[in-house]
Amino acid sequence: MLQWYDPARVNQLQEALSERIMVLDGAMGTMIQGHDLDEAAYRGDRFAQHSSDLKGNNDLLSLTQPQIIRQIHRDFLDAGCDFVETNTFNANRISQLDYSLETLSHELNKASAQLAREVCDEVSRITPDRPRFVIGVLGPTNRTASISPDVSSPGFRNITFNDLSAAYQEAVNGLLDGGADVIMIETIFDTLNAKAAIFAVEEVFEQRQAKWPLMISGTITDASGRTLSGQTADAFYYSMEHAQPMSVGFNCALGADQLKPHIKALSQIAQSLVSAHPNAGLPNELGEYDESPEDMAAVIETFAKEGLINIIGGCCGTTPAHLAAIIQAVQPHTPRPLPSALTSEMVA
Amino acid sequence: MTEQAHTHLSGLEPLVITPEIGFVNVGERTNVTGSAKFKRLIVEERFDEALEIALEQVENGAQIIDVNMDDGLIDAEAVMRTFLNLVAAEPDIAKVPIMVDSSKFSVIEAGLQCMQGKGIVNSISLKEGEAAFLAQARTIRRYGAAVVVMAFDETGQADTTERMVACLSRAYQLLTEQAGFPPQDIIFDPNIFPVATGMTEHDNYSLAFIEATRILKERFPETHVSGGVSNMSFSFRGNAVVREAMHSVFLYHATKAGMDMGIVNAGQLAVYDDIDPKLRELVEDVVLNRRSDATERLLEAADQFRGDGKQQVKDEAWRDKPVAERLQYALVKGIDKYVVEDTEEARQAHPSALEVIEGPLMDGMNYVGDLFGDGRMFLPQVVKSARVMKKAVAHLVPYLEQEKKEGDKKGKILLATVKGDVHDIGKNIVGVVLACNGFEIHDIGVMVPTEKILEEAKAQEVDAIGLSGLITPSLDEMVQVAQAMNDEGFELPLLIGGATTSRAHTALKIDPVYPHGVTWVKDASRAVDVARKLTSQTHRPDYIKSIQADYLEIRERTAQKTSKKPLLSLDEARRRAKRIDWNDYTPPMPQHPGLHVIDWPLADLVSYIDWTPFFRTWELAGRYPDILQDAVVGQAAQSLWDDAQTMLKTIVEESWLEAKAVCALMPAASDGDDVIVYTDQTRQTEWTRFIGLRQQSDKASANLCLADFVAPFDAPHQDHVGCFAVTTGLGIEKAQARLPKDDDYADIMLKALADRLAEALAEALHEKVRRELWGYANNEALSNDELIGEDYQGIRPAPGYPACPDHSEKVKIFEMLDAPKNVGLSLTENFAMWPTAAVSGYYFSHPESQYFVVGKVGEDQLHDYAQRKGVDLATAQRYLRPNLAD
Repeated sequence: MLQWYDPARVNQLQEALSERIMVLDGAMGTMIQGHDLDEAAYRGDRFAQHSSDLKGNNDLLSLTQPQIIRQIHRDFLDAGCDFVETNTFNANRISQLDYSLETLSHELNKASAQLAREVCDEVSRITPDRPRFVIGVLGPTNRTASISPDVSSPGFRNITFNDLSAAYQEAVNGLLDGGADVIMIETIFDTLNAKAAIFAVEEVFEQRQAKWPLMISGTITDASGRTLSGQTADAFYYSMEHAQPMSVGFNCALGADQLKPHIKALSQIAQSLVSAHPNAGLPNELGEYDESPEDMAAVIETFAKEGLINIIGGCCGTTPAHLAAIIQAVQPHTPRPLPSALTSEMVA
Repeated sequence: MTEQAHTHLSGLEPLVITPEIGFVNVGERTNVTGSAKFKRLIVEERFDEALEIALEQVENGAQIIDVNMDDGLIDAEAVMRTFLNLVAAEPDIAKVPIMVDSSKFSVIEAGLQCMQGKGIVNSISLKEGEAAFLAQARTIRRYGAAVVVMAFDETGQADTTERMVACLSRAYQLLTEQAGFPPQDIIFDPNIFPVATGMTEHDNYSLAFIEATRILKERFPETHVSGGVSNMSFSFRGNAVVREAMHSVFLYHATKAGMDMGIVNAGQLAVYDDIDPKLRELVEDVVLNRRSDATERLLEAADQFRGDGKQQVKDEAWRDKPVAERLQYALVKGIDKYVVEDTEEARQAHPSALEVIEGPLMDGMNYVGDLFGDGRMFLPQVVKSARVMKKAVAHLVPYLEQEKKEGDKKGKILLATVKGDVHDIGKNIVGVVLACNGFEIHDIGVMVPTEKILEEAKAQEVDAIGLSGLITPSLDEMVQVAQAMNDEGFELPLLIGGATTSRAHTALKIDPVYPHGVTWVKDASRAVDVARKLTSQTHRPDYIKSIQADYLEIRERTAQKTSKKPLLSLDEARRRAKRIDWNDYTPPMPQHPGLHVIDWPLADLVSYIDWTPFFRTWELAGRYPDILQDAVVGQAAQSLWDDAQTMLKTIVEESWLEAKAVCALMPAASDGDDVIVYTDQTRQTEWTRFIGLRQQSDKASANLCLADFVAPFDAPHQDHVGCFAVTTGLGIEKAQARLPKDDDYADIMLKALADRLAEALAEALHEKVRRELWGYANNEALSNDELIGEDYQGIRPAPGYPACPDHSEKVKIFEMLDAPKNVGLSLTENFAMWPTAAVSGYYFSHPESQYFVVGKVGEDQLHDYAQRKGVDLATAQRYLRPNLAD
């Protein structure tokens, strides 16, 4: 069995998790949007001559506008968040193909993790009693291994498990090289993509002969209460269980209100910690998220009160103000009790 | 852990194996080694029918399906992938976990790579030694599957209780201690061999299995025991009754011993108690090896019990319903088996094939859409429905071709679901409906990146592009596509549709970035009309104009609405002002600066009239000239129009009204948010200052203020602004006196026409200013439609309207123009113009000047505005009331 890469760090994390509900950060995308960057800003000097449009490639900003990403991390940590998530939602080879930057995947992941690392360390020095942690983010990519892109050819796939797994390996290596404390596979709309990510993560752990805590977060996409690829919350959890994650949860697509029943379902069966990072409400007719920090925090507080969660955060539309309100709301409440199986696994 | 851990499996839905479940049925029919029919279908690549076999098993109660493709004729790896991918698209099958079954590990891996749920591998064994066993086990664990271990080791297959137990106990040790397997994810297969073969050494096989099961379950209570049951009755091939009885009896005893999973034909299991007691006893003797002549006795008796086994009875009651209901049922359930014959039946019952599509098929799809919206269907099911729909339409296509009239070919339309979105039901329906109406559809699928859309549009020389999306990020994608179309100089109309899209989003976000006709299409039923208009050379320009006008209205309305987003500070808004590079631009010098007073011949104004607002005055909604043909209001509109023409003719011929205009083009410069107007070219003395308001909403584009369009006082080149006031209301009282007494209709008509003439005069004067007086557009030659559509350089915003909402600023314009004296216009105490048939405003010449909506302003701007305008706060509050944030 593999040992923790940094047992002392995991111990710190575990202690904090046993004491209180810990808090993830909010929406990187929303914060970046606020800067209203143009094509030139995305390109920076380094990619000024790049052949494809780069506007919208938020992950690239870790290289071209690191000060912006650093500031966003800092704003969330100053709001009181325990974790920052690396700016790597699309920093995998497959998604970067859209920008003809697929060769940059390792560098993007490493640089983003380093940025987050620096800011976390900086803030941890200020609040040594409250160490901050870097979550290396693996996004879902822009393809689905379980769904055909062609309605008349249901057996067709435009991505294979092996391609996904190779892309994820590259990304994980970058994240770990950059100093991530935890790896999180998130916004999982197709469980098979996530299984490829788990496969990759374990492959990397084996190569490095050490392991890091793993977080897993799926996405329930619509009123049917299922993932995009059709799984129910519990079926999703059972498909992920073999990874023995530190936490499982759901994020994105829904506001806290709509997400709650699914978090509840998960909380009843999960042998690991439970996390949630909902959107700031449902999008309005312009696709914007406009739930106020107060409204969102009020719903989140019921999650905490009912003992459903260990880790809480925000997805689309959530700002430092949202997170500050959420932190205040969950503070008085104790975390969901740690299942015994996990405790023994965590200290193993 | 104190309580026993249960095995967790999943397909789309979970399967938790608790003791209460008793026995888990694993469907065996999708196995080429066990089913000749399935094998034939696979070899012939008749996957549709092969899937039906899988579905049948699930419907008959299989809780897991075993899939095996091991056959010399089959490329097992490739077919395993294909079949499991197809299963993934069938929610009614995919809901259960998959058992991927092969003797080749590469096939097993291929299968594991196509399963999102937690399945089972069948099987691995110690046949090749511990190292190979562990390597395979670890790999399986990494894929997250449970595993069946066969009682097979380096010395061969275990066929006695002792060997079975020893072999599997050793495997258990390795799996739990060295491969990280939790006990509950281990399933033992101690081997079920054929009995009653005539060879005495086979006689004890079933009993050995049952005994081994008992010992293993005692020793490792969290594990499971499984086996391929039909194997044991192999020697009775052809006698289904006896075989079913053997299976049933075997299971009866094995499950009592602890066997809790089995690969069985879920549809063909006799109930133990229902078996003929005579047969049951004979079978029991064989299974439990109770007497040495058991085999012979069963063989002798077997023929008495010969039969075909149970008939498969599927619930086909829905087939008796009327054809429309059958089609709907097939669409909802995603059953394509009868859809062609049902569609044909419907076609014969309907006057045309098109009506079948627009009738029962669309009704069915709408119902599917409703169920999806309610969360009672989910995406993979809906995709299946779409497939059935496609099949139905494919059947109708030849008839549709026949129905089409000669030369009925309409435009070619490209359809795509945007990048990052896989939803295409709506798009497909639109495609079908459009195709049925004579459009050529070029559908390039889902998750299509922008470049591909543009590329295909060019390559296929389409007449319009339709974008679809169901998830919210698609909204941004659509904006990007529109932006890219604009950047690349496209002029094709752009249709927007899909569940997440809205008229508001289209109006606010997409229409502003692409000026060549962005149109939101609510649903497929609207698509035909919209596509017809947009691809018709004659209707297109007017239609686009009308749509754009609607969207502009929406933008204005929305800007007035309270935004939940906090406003920017005035400082921040100013930082985000529009930046025109004044070093690089020389503002046009007026050809005829100063004041101009013009009496305009009424007759010259008629062609400048924008008739659409005229109909709105009469509360008839619609665009001129379409409104005259409108199904609902067309008749009323036409008669109104006729009356208007008659009165207009009289007004002009008998000079009932006077048209007077005044304008001034003056040296000017911006100073922050103000525009300074100087008395003369020396620019020493300020004549007046127009006090501007700046947008404060937090938005992606610049925060505009009219002053942004005027060169600042320290710019290298000097700028000018204009202002104007026109009226056609002079003489209206006299004109009213000529009308028949108490004729409200005539009275309203006269006022409405006077208003239209005033607007027409403003339009005509602006044109004269651009072409002659200011003269920066002396080559401009625009049609009236283009004028109405504001296709010219420069703007003429009016105080009291969205870009400069403070009506009181009119006072300065009236003073500058000496309007009361020059054109007979005055202002009321609330700054309304009298006569009412009047327009006044500013002229800005910069090519980037544009109309916009100031929207809400903050407390900080209110104070700043009051100070700049030199009024007290209460007065400023009164002037800006509608724009103040709550």
